[in-house]
Amino acid sequence: MTIENHSQNTQANWTYDPAPQSIEHVDIHDSYELFINGKFTASKNGSYRDSINPATEKTLTKVAEAGVEDVDLAVEAARQAYEGPWSQMTAAERGKFLFRIARMIQERSRELAIVESLDGGKPIRESRDVDIPLAAAHFFYYAGWADKLDYAFPGRQAQSVGVAAQIIPWNFPLLMAAWKLAPALATGNTLVLKPAETTPLTAMILADIIREADLPPGVVNIVTGDGDLGKQLVRHPGIDKIAFTGSTTVGKEIMRALAGKDKRFTLELGGKAANIVFADAAIDQAIEGIVNSIFFNQGHVCCAGSRLFVEESVAKEVTQKLRERMETLIVGDPLDKNTDIGAINSFDQLKRIQSYVEIGQQEGGDLYQSNCILPETGYWHAPTLFSNVSQSHRIVQEEIFGPVLAIQTFRTVDEVIDKANNTPYGLSGGVWTDKGAKIFKVTRNIRAGVIWANTFNKFDPSSPFGGYKESGMGREGGVEGLLPYLKLTPNTR
Amino acid sequence: MNDRIGVRKTHKMFINGKFARSESERTFGWTTSDTKDSTNICRASRKDFRDSVLAAKNAFSGWSSRTAYNRAQIIYRCAEILEGRSAQLVEELCAQGLNPEDAQLEVRQTIDLLVYYAGWADKYQQLFSSVNPVSAPYFNFTALEATGVVAIIAPRESGLLGIVSAIAPTLVGGNTCVTLISEENPLCTSSLSETLHTSDVPAGVVNLLTGFRSELIEQFSTHMEVNALIYFGEDKDEITRIETNAAENVKRVSICARRDWEYESSLSPYAILRTQETKTTWHPIGF
Repeated sequence: MTIENHSQNTQANWTYDPAPQSIEHVDIHDSYELFINGKFTASKNGSYRDSINPATEKTLTKVAEAGVEDVDLAVEAARQAYEGPWSQMTAAERGKFLFRIARMIQERSRELAIVESLDGGKPIRESRDVDIPLAAAHFFYYAGWADKLDYAFPGRQAQSVGVAAQIIPWNFPLLMAAWKLAPALATGNTLVLKPAETTPLTAMILADIIREADLPPGVVNIVTGDGDLGKQLVRHPGIDKIAFTGSTTVGKEIMRALAGKDKRFTLELGGKAANIVFADAAIDQAIEGIVNSIFFNQGHVCCAGSRLFVEESVAKEVTQKLRERMETLIVGDPLDKNTDIGAINSFDQLKRIQSYVEIGQQEGGDLYQSNCILPETGYWHAPTLFSNVSQSHRIVQEEIFGPVLAIQTFRTVDEVIDKANNTPYGLSGGVWTDKGAKIFKVTRNIRAGVIWANTFNKFDPSSPFGGYKESGMGREGGVEGLLPYLKLTPNTR
Repeated sequence: MNDRIGVRKTHKMFINGKFARSESERTFGWTTSDTKDSTNICRASRKDFRDSVLAAKNAFSGWSSRTAYNRAQIIYRCAEILEGRSAQLVEELCAQGLNPEDAQLEVRQTIDLLVYYAGWADKYQQLFSSVNPVSAPYFNFTALEATGVVAIIAPRESGLLGIVSAIAPTLVGGNTCVTLISEENPLCTSSLSETLHTSDVPAGVVNLLTGFRSELIEQFSTHMEVNALIYFGEDKDEITRIETNAAENVKRVSICARRDWEYESSLSPYAILRTQETKTTWHPIGF
């Protein structure tokens, strides 16, 4: 496959030869079972769900669908492991298990990256350079916390909470599993993890790693299935703490389901981040930042900078440069190392994105899409820009979770801060300017949990992540990331 | 010589820096335990609550952007003013059934609690913020910010300490609040309002309502401009209702018990953290 570069302002008309990632050494099993009490076991009802490669629409394998009985078994296994080996082990030993898992993820990183791209459609460049290394780093970071918890919260003694139910989304499958598992285990909890139904495969490899790492059976249990399974887990009486990453709608359902139950929960929900470009910004760098903010991972990112605000005096220049840059983005085979934008994760998600693009046009927005050639099979969406939109447009208000950017302009700092905050969400934000004082003025005033100044979509295990307002509560990463999994009691004086 | 006719005080609420009756003009009767005098207490309406939230919302950006030193001084000023009003507060607590010794202790503890939290204003950030060693050339730091507008349902059992120990940590952290003072112990509302008013607490930062918990709990927990709710009590039905309603805009709910307002057990920077968000900022390091 040769993809032509349509750049309008460069002389050279580069072509790229295919650079396919070899998948020879990856062995995808015919089927994957549930991971309960240290063993791979078939679901009691014997049902399976196909896992599809969204780039080819071909079935990769089938994955067991857990039912009520399986959930009971998983929770019971987690409880016994919590009361048994996991709590009797010293914290330092617990930490060593996590270090071991981190190392094994590194060792199997290429296999994990390939499977992540096959199962979820993200470009191999991203799964190889972002998802998998960060997943390993998360385990490595929290491993070291296990025996240092008494230093984390002054004046308080830290104790584990118990059995956690962890429900993760399909956009960063292994990375989200790592974000959930690492702090929960470091703090001495046991858990039941539910990966998303469209992307369970790397979690199953992680289960294999956990088994090979000789973690005591039941400390980590992984059950696969859809939202109904998630509901069962959230409502299960044997669960002490729920950690959920996903949509705000489901997050609110979880809050209602847990009302009056005295259970701990953390929610990492949706977003509609403002990415603000001032006239004094380094425009070319800002263009790269905008591309990264909205087209990274096909825009399947809760913290994506899906609302771009450009200072009026440079709006024309920025829009033009952005269009030119969009033309150079390579959309296609996730396993090609040159690919910038891979496949949309699922048919349902593609429909959802397409419906928003229709809505945007119906509401009067001006549509611009890059002239990329989309493969005929698979789920694909061209990088998309909407201009001539305002705050009240649905594509400006609602989370699309795809490569669709809405551009608005502004004149003053106060105006853009008002506009940026005019959303029920508050997960992230971006600011581009060369003036230090302005950075602090704006980053302080954006009501969101993560702000990138002159950069975007950067993540690190030591850096807390999570939202204000309807983007959720609680943080993952850093010292704050320990808090959801700990009971703090005053030190006796 | 005839006995002088005393001048009685009208009990009012405190909304947007003003001493206000309920817009509904409703009151409820209240009889003092010691002298059996009857008095009328404002019965806040849903509209009073909405007005208070609006005031709190408008006051938020000003209060949260005050310097920590300034917030510390204002809260310390509250303690100074309360100290001068001790006798009056003791009287009010006695009228609500406390014996003079307990009343005196409660007033002293309340004043000391304000001094305690005034001292935290410019320190809790240093304890709970961090510079994060990310593995790439970025400067990355996490700092605390106020959650926003906080609705407080004050403890039923305490007419002074319980109210102030609910408000003080919220206020120190840069939030603004609307507090429902319990119908059982409403008599200190005016004295507290006067204290806030004369301590340079800006209008709208603290709003004090009196009224019926059963009538207002729905509004407190459903209002979309309220970012967090602190509930004192153990009523299962109320807690379930609050937590169900809170989902509507993902309110942060804190369910607090007696130990969370009693003097020694309540003194903690972790009470401030109930209504704090952490913000993490990234910036590249380079040229």
